[in-house]
Amino acid sequence: MAALCKWPRNLAALAAALPGGGGPGRAPAPAPALEPAPEPLPETAAPATAALYVHWPYCRKRCSYCNFNTYVVPAVDESAVRACLVREARTLLCLGQVHSVTSVFFGGGTPSLASPGTVAAVLEAVAGAAHLPSGAEVTLEANPSSTSTLRLAGFRAAGVNRLSIGVQSLDDAELRMLGREHTAAEARKAVEAARELFPGRTSIDLLFGLPGQSQDAWTQRLEAALRLCDDHISLYQLTLERGTVLAAQVQRGALPASPQDLLADMYQAARTALVGAGFRHYEVSNFARKGALSTHNLSYWRGDQYIGVGPGAHGRFVLRGEGGCSREARVQTLEPVTWMQEVQSRGHGTRSRVVLSLLEQLEELLTLGLRTDEGITQERWGHFSPHLSLQAVFGEPGEAQALQQEGWLVLDSRGLRCTWAGLAVLDSLLPDLLWQLQRVLGAARRPPRGTLAEERAGGRDVRASPLPSRLDC
Amino acid sequence: MALAGRAALRWRARLPSPWHAAAPLCRPAWLPATCERPLSSRGKDKVDMSAYPVERIRNFSIIAHVDHGKSTLADRLLEITGTISKTDHNKQVLDKLQVERERGITVKAQSASLFYNHEGINYLLNLIDTPGHVDFSYEVSRSLSACQGVILVVDANEGIQAQTVANFYLAFEAQLSIIPVINKIDLKNADPERVEKQIEKLFDIPTDECIRISAKQGTNVEKVLQKVIEKVPPPQCNTADPLKALVFDSTFDHYRGVIANIALFGGEIAKGQKIMSAHTKKRYEVHEVGILTPNEQPTHKLYAGQVGYLIAGMKEVTEAQIGDTLFLYKQPVEPLPGFKSAKPMVFAGMYPIDQGEYNNLKSALERLTLNDSSVTVHRDSSLALGAGWRLGFLGLLHMEVFNQRLEQEYNMSVILTAPTVPYKAVLSSAKLIKAYGKDQITIINPAQFPDKLSVSEYLEPTVLGTIVTPHEYIGKIITLCQDRRAVQKDMLYIDENRVMLKYLFPLNEIVVDFYDALKSLSSGYASFDYEDAGYQSADLIKMDILLNGNPVEELATIIHSDKAHAAGKLLCERLKETIPRQLFDIAIQAAIGKKIIARETLKAYRKNVVAKCYGGDITRRMKLLRRQAEGKRLMRKIGNVEVPRDAFIRVLKRETDK
Repeated sequence: MAALCKWPRNLAALAAALPGGGGPGRAPAPAPALEPAPEPLPETAAPATAALYVHWPYCRKRCSYCNFNTYVVPAVDESAVRACLVREARTLLCLGQVHSVTSVFFGGGTPSLASPGTVAAVLEAVAGAAHLPSGAEVTLEANPSSTSTLRLAGFRAAGVNRLSIGVQSLDDAELRMLGREHTAAEARKAVEAARELFPGRTSIDLLFGLPGQSQDAWTQRLEAALRLCDDHISLYQLTLERGTVLAAQVQRGALPASPQDLLADMYQAARTALVGAGFRHYEVSNFARKGALSTHNLSYWRGDQYIGVGPGAHGRFVLRGEGGCSREARVQTLEPVTWMQEVQSRGHGTRSRVVLSLLEQLEELLTLGLRTDEGITQERWGHFSPHLSLQAVFGEPGEAQALQQEGWLVLDSRGLRCTWAGLAVLDSLLPDLLWQLQRVLGAARRPPRGTLAEERAGGRDVRASPLPSRLDC
Repeated sequence: MALAGRAALRWRARLPSPWHAAAPLCRPAWLPATCERPLSSRGKDKVDMSAYPVERIRNFSIIAHVDHGKSTLADRLLEITGTISKTDHNKQVLDKLQVERERGITVKAQSASLFYNHEGINYLLNLIDTPGHVDFSYEVSRSLSACQGVILVVDANEGIQAQTVANFYLAFEAQLSIIPVINKIDLKNADPERVEKQIEKLFDIPTDECIRISAKQGTNVEKVLQKVIEKVPPPQCNTADPLKALVFDSTFDHYRGVIANIALFGGEIAKGQKIMSAHTKKRYEVHEVGILTPNEQPTHKLYAGQVGYLIAGMKEVTEAQIGDTLFLYKQPVEPLPGFKSAKPMVFAGMYPIDQGEYNNLKSALERLTLNDSSVTVHRDSSLALGAGWRLGFLGLLHMEVFNQRLEQEYNMSVILTAPTVPYKAVLSSAKLIKAYGKDQITIINPAQFPDKLSVSEYLEPTVLGTIVTPHEYIGKIITLCQDRRAVQKDMLYIDENRVMLKYLFPLNEIVVDFYDALKSLSSGYASFDYEDAGYQSADLIKMDILLNGNPVEELATIIHSDKAHAAGKLLCERLKETIPRQLFDIAIQAAIGKKIIARETLKAYRKNVVAKCYGGDITRRMKLLRRQAEGKRLMRKIGNVEVPRDAFIRVLKRETDK
């Protein structure tokens, strides 16, 4: 299998030369073949890197707020699932000609319900198909109800070096409302056990804005969490997703909806408290101290390549193995049983592939990059758009300049980023910025009066996913 | 496969109509497949219309209150006479417009020639379907001018309604013979006896003259046809006379130009004849004549007393004046009296969303107004909205329907301003009198509202409204009418539990939402119709709506001073609910001159950022953001405030439950 992946260097080099083709931290790549005047750069031959996401789709019980792609089944055929995760990871790493995997994240579902052996098998496969540096971040999402010290030690032995614990709340009544299986005491114990085994590399998730939650209650939860936590906290405002039990309860008035202003107050109070406690607010919902940022999640926000393995997992990478030259958005088949059949017969369960245009890649970069405190650096932007700088798109009079004058945004020699105030209202800034980007890019690429709809329609649909004929991964 | 076919058909039906209406051999896509013509227009054997001398012709309309079954009866008549084949799918066959089928109303009069054998004699029956809503009574009176009789349809359950009364008087004043028909006798709560008594009491028609039918089930429908032949007199005219044709309607075909619906009051008309318009004095050569069955079917000739269509190379939208008389070149006749032109009751500004679309919108308006000549069009322009028009409509439904047709048939999206009624001002300022050349002006645009200092009196239009209601709602209805500054003129029990009320209303009080309010407080049982009743003196002022201090031109209104505070407050509240929150506070104010009479504040967003954004969510999220970004193009900017295009219309369309 690995032998098949040794593709002629020049082909890989060509693929790497194109936007979106590279890994993190690489210097600007030349333009795609369609763009005028590509400038070859020395780094173009750099081997591809990618982050890897592995989806474990099963839970013991569905939480009342969750609309993720998860399944509660009486018995999981773990060896079959393991074999499929392993096989798909190998196939996709090979298709992407990934030389080095920068991080691995086991998410779900409840991946802490999988056995350490499954985690080990996937990591071994990754190390076999690509280089997995010894210091690479390997995170596992864990529920307090499946995190005995023994299990955690097993995961550590399998190669996991970072734990993200779904604490969600430190109040029993709130936990019940959320449909969680654990109590506040169990959550505490889980975090303490995790900190023993993963010191400095344990993260906790907390939810705020629960129906009926007061500002005071939230402040208390936060204080309790600060006493408990390690160096990383994710604070998520509860989103009432359509189709969830909780959303239905709020909809019919069985639970109160939280007022917008209260949610804003809770967010501001939490930001202030955490920054006061020495945390860096490095993304809309993420806080870290002592440099304990999640490198895996950062790679999403920085627009790096990532590969998604498992039912419903998403990916963004260049199909170098197919001789591809543009980044694709790929989604794996949602339903686990179907997904497994596909992996068994074709080596992977990719359900949809869409080639992303330059505009689409830049739109994603803006949308994700502005969520971080560093924003979008000049260098990163240049990597995607070597010919049209941040300054050229957003430095001219227009939406971005107005937003900058109003104090929501900063554009300087470092890059484009939100101010402290701007971060909290990013979703009100993005439509303006995207609209400006569409206009400027449209004007730069074609004579006036072209529509972006054409641009979007063109180039995409590679739909379905026949396995590439040239490469038998 | 079958499903795909159906979807394709539906999709085709949504195409803007000029494109498919254009293909003459193509059945309009929205007509049921079974609606085949019995006499193919492609066949060489054209119908010989000379077989139908005047004594074998009956021209009639069906008039009814909305939903009393007019279109269903028309469908049955078309089936019985073999004009369309009989299937379960014939629903609103004559209602060809998408908007008519969607809303279940008739907007535009349609004609159909039916052939029927009665006691061994073949008759030509021309059915002219008429609109049901009060806004379109102008269409009704126009249709009636080509008729000698009407079928007055009354619902056996609901009984006489306000429009039944109005339609009856239209027919009565036109001296048409009236055939009363009580429909829906198959319904469980049908009470035809009660309805017959109402008809006797109100219209003085003996109870035994009413025909009880169920148009839905076809019961007694033949009887109606027989009554038409017996009771409706044949048209009084002569084929030997010189040609005299009344244009009573017209449609515009993208390829063939103007298709005029004509009624012959004398002579005959055939292809190749040279004709002249009494109104424009222009000459034409007749390309095609024919009858409507209900699609156009060419014939060799049309003769006196007959109703059909004419194509004569009229290309300009203004050439086929409705009410015009056509005659043979060099054989002039005394023109027919024509029509009172439709009197617009409601005016609104219409502007292209993008000024680049001005010319397209202009040509769409020209075509649509040819098919709907009751709309008046004046060029207008505004600082904020650019070049556009001020349109006059018969009522608010008419305005909505017109707008919907622009969207559906011409793919045009527009900005519509708040509707206003035609106020008048008696000028006192010599300077203004000189400028206008008269001392009394009509104000159809709030922007032109003259200041109180230069006016001796403002006048507002009034209407005489008729309300028919079950008596238990009288109290609420009287309160509603008083709220609307109306004065009671009459109150009459039409049977033990139904009352007819007459009120004099200021027109602006009923224009927007009176009908909806009446319907909701009477659980849908009360009905309403109105007629023009001249002008009265009124204390009027102009109210502006400001967003962060900038006036919103679409929302400027002329209003009675007693109503200003309440209306201003309501508008501000509604705007607050309609405008999306933005990055800064927005002051929403109502002002009279410089004085603020109401204010709401829409607070700025303090937090608006999605909590989680990782790999899995991004595609869906990008879709939403792109839609929002593209929506920016369609935002109306008032100062720095962004307002969705439809926000103002949503604000004006009051919801009755509030």
